[in-house]
Amino acid sequence: MNFDDLSAARPDLAFIAHWVPPNAHVLDVGCGDGVMMDYLQSDKRCSGYGIEIADDKVLASTRRGVQVVQQDMENGLALFGDNSFDTVLCLSSLQMMKHVEALLRDIVRVGKEVIVSFPNFAYWPHRVALLRGRMPVSKSLPYEWHDTPNLRCATINDFRDLAHDCGVEVIDCVALAEGKRVDFLPNLRGDLAVFRLRKKA
Amino acid sequence: MSSLGYVTPQTMHFAEPLPLQSGAQLRDYMLMYETYGTLNADKSNAVLVCHALNASHHVAGEYEGKPKSTGWWDNMVGPGKSLDTDKFFVIGINNLGSCFGSTGPMHTNPATGKPYGATFPVVTVEDWVSAQARLADRLGITQFAAVMGGSLGGMQALAWSIMYPDRLRHCVVIASTAKLSAQNIAFNDVARQAILSDPDYRGGDFYEYGVVPKNGLRVARMVGHITYLSDDDMAEKFGRKLRAVADDIAATGTYKFDFGVDFEIESYLRYQGDKFSEYFDANTYLLITKALDYFDPARHHGGDLSKTLAATRAKFFLASFTTDWRFSPERSQEIVKALIDNRRQVTYAEIDAPHGHDAFLLEDPRYLNLVRAYYDRVWNDINAVKEAA
Repeated sequence: MNFDDLSAARPDLAFIAHWVPPNAHVLDVGCGDGVMMDYLQSDKRCSGYGIEIADDKVLASTRRGVQVVQQDMENGLALFGDNSFDTVLCLSSLQMMKHVEALLRDIVRVGKEVIVSFPNFAYWPHRVALLRGRMPVSKSLPYEWHDTPNLRCATINDFRDLAHDCGVEVIDCVALAEGKRVDFLPNLRGDLAVFRLRKKA
Repeated sequence: MSSLGYVTPQTMHFAEPLPLQSGAQLRDYMLMYETYGTLNADKSNAVLVCHALNASHHVAGEYEGKPKSTGWWDNMVGPGKSLDTDKFFVIGINNLGSCFGSTGPMHTNPATGKPYGATFPVVTVEDWVSAQARLADRLGITQFAAVMGGSLGGMQALAWSIMYPDRLRHCVVIASTAKLSAQNIAFNDVARQAILSDPDYRGGDFYEYGVVPKNGLRVARMVGHITYLSDDDMAEKFGRKLRAVADDIAATGTYKFDFGVDFEIESYLRYQGDKFSEYFDANTYLLITKALDYFDPARHHGGDLSKTLAATRAKFFLASFTTDWRFSPERSQEIVKALIDNRRQVTYAEIDAPHGHDAFLLEDPRYLNLVRAYYDRVWNDINAVKEAA
């Protein structure tokens, strides 16, 4: 898979891929169908593993040639040693976790650098929906309130607080809208929050 | 009918003695094997399938004139199947000490002129692998595309990856473990005691007396069989159902108040035990359970599996089944962790199946599709190597 294919399929991942250095040893926590690891392996010569729980996605990842480990990431990352990865990715999956803080700490433990993304609840169409007295349903939050896999709703500012409480340094924080970077009023205009983190020295 | 059609076993004789881990040696021996598919010109498409406790070289296909002789992994191996014999050259080898053709306890010991019986040397997983490697040598296969096995067969695949790191590109380990737990050894010992305490065992020389320790073998099989099923699976299949006394009269709600068969589960286990005692050899059962118990490659590295697997070079595929309590997912996870510690390539699936340990032999599309997807990778891998060369 090359960069153009990735950009067409998932512009958000294409943006994030710039933050992963070539030849990095990568762990993709919640790797889905393996598209990101597939790209990183074939285009950036990265190595590493994906973690995924869903049977169909484990199969899709295996078909792509991704080293996928089937497990519930809610149970933590005990399979992986401290600082054993150059980059740990946790993309659009942290908000589905019950134990967000514990997982965040574990992700930071195993990775020298960490990239986390999640749907920004403060995105302006979400705010408008709430002003109208409705839970937001949008491209980035495509579920009805009663069947959403997203257990946690957070905004960019909220996550920054959690990172601080966990003693994690924010190297970079970017808001994306439809995969493109938003610099003006990011917490209002970005539908996806992307954080680049590392342990505080 | 198997899609592979009729197959024929072959034998290979080895005159060079095989030194065993115990210090003993086998002076002269024979291995029974079967092959399916065609070995390609550069001999890069060979896959060795290692068998578990009660299986053999007869992995797939059928024997002519013998209906119901379908191989034990026929749902996995064949044309167009997960391990596709249109692409791969698949080999099944019967292990030493078995009762299905390779040199074993019922064969004549050249030193005494009598059947080996209980004097057949105790063989280990590693001994089997050494013997398999010699057969591979004779077939001219220097490197397998993959070595694969389930349960005890998975132990052999794992042993291959440690003993002959460069002789396999991929290692496929299903429902297996790097060592048995105390509970597992305990079950095996109950099975062995059942055989050893059967008066017809006669110290292992029952062949001469024209008897078979059937009761011991039956109990051994019954114990084993319980551990291959899950509690839920048994409850679902049998529950507390009582056995019908005659074909058309269901004995509903009637206990017999004796020590015969009341429950369906009893009837089922006895049937399984009876069937097994008619074709399996008691000395083989003792040998194979001992090989299971002894397997613990990390023993030579202070119990550190990560250090043990540092020797490996293969890429790995592992799968376990959620309700398998004999070779539980935790045991597979230990292997996965040790491989990750060594940055080996590993894909691991934990299949949510209700059938306990037996699940690795059953039809489950999630499982079979994953193995197929993995073998597609193996296929691409050997072709990429060819292109590079």
